[in-house]
Amino acid sequence: MTIIAQLFTSFIAAAGFGILFNAPRKALIQCGLVGMFGWILYFLLVQQGMDVVPATVFAAMLVGALSQICAKLYKTPIIIFIVSGIIPLVPGGSAYDAMRNFVENDYYTAVQLSAKVMLLSGGIAIGLMFSEVVNQLIRKWVWRRAG
Amino acid sequence: MLESGAETYRVEDTMNRIAAAYGLADAQSYATPTGINFSTDVAESTTFIRISKRSTDLHKISNVNDISRKVTAGSVDLVEALAMLKKVDHTQLTFPSWMQIVAAAFVSGSFTIMFGGTWPDYIPTFIVGGMGFAAMLGCDRLVEIRFIAEFFASLVIGLLAFGFIYSGLGVELDKIIIGAVMPLVPGLPITNAVRDLMSGHLVAGVSKGVEALLTAFAIGAGIAVVFGVL
Repeated sequence: MTIIAQLFTSFIAAAGFGILFNAPRKALIQCGLVGMFGWILYFLLVQQGMDVVPATVFAAMLVGALSQICAKLYKTPIIIFIVSGIIPLVPGGSAYDAMRNFVENDYYTAVQLSAKVMLLSGGIAIGLMFSEVVNQLIRKWVWRRAG
Repeated sequence: MLESGAETYRVEDTMNRIAAAYGLADAQSYATPTGINFSTDVAESTTFIRISKRSTDLHKISNVNDISRKVTAGSVDLVEALAMLKKVDHTQLTFPSWMQIVAAAFVSGSFTIMFGGTWPDYIPTFIVGGMGFAAMLGCDRLVEIRFIAEFFASLVIGLLAFGFIYSGLGVELDKIIIGAVMPLVPGLPITNAVRDLMSGHLVAGVSKGVEALLTAFAIGAGIAVVFGVL
């Protein structure tokens, strides 16, 4: 039941962000799906007891790979899919917690949380970069075989 | 024309491709988030365009991308391409602002559930998030500085969330605020900054990163004020 609720809400969140960023109408469903798969992978990994940072890295990789495929299939700039797909993974919750602790003069917790936010954003970047590198390698390999 | 939230390297790449398609082999382009330089050859005079307004419009990026594809393939000539680009430039946003507000409201509600909130919090977050985004859009029209608009929006979100908690309609304050703040979070600038940095556009990457940081700070400050006062 939780998983269905998570699937549903993450789809709406990712597609809604597509609207906020003025994505092309026909790409909205794909945006939602990319975001949904990324979030579900993250959710399941965390449920299995994995730490949030590696889970974010893996989820970002999946988002990157799916976006590459979508960009190829629909001949649209990849950024459209990546942006809406990555949104559920952005550590908004932790960033907020950190800010709140700063305001409440609990600097010890606040700095801890900020470090975590930095790690999470770094994780997203690494995941995206990794899938891009893999894509480039594949493209080079295919090109060499064809040539 | 090209700056509606595309990565810098995409802008440069598009310009070079179009130039190459029209027989300019050594065109130079240099784009930053605040200006574009372009010259047809290394020694030729340079055109400079200043970009003062930055927004996010993925639809335009996608359209321009289509045109550049056609130009590179050689299926349209210069005049036609220019006309097409002009048309893209003048098109209105794909989604009217009321629809964006509704979308923001749905996004907020959904994020509450995703971050472990409960269903009774869905409706309060839905309203708070929608109002917050509307506040940002409205304030953006009145004040030139984006920073202020974001600050004001998160202030509205904080106050409304407190209101819902006091009236007993909301359950968890944290979850409502997190959900409602999400539509304002600078996800696109962050992703773009990282992608620009990785493709070697250090100036563009850093300046976009700073922009994202400022936005995040504005949101945090808005919420912080509410917490500090109440």
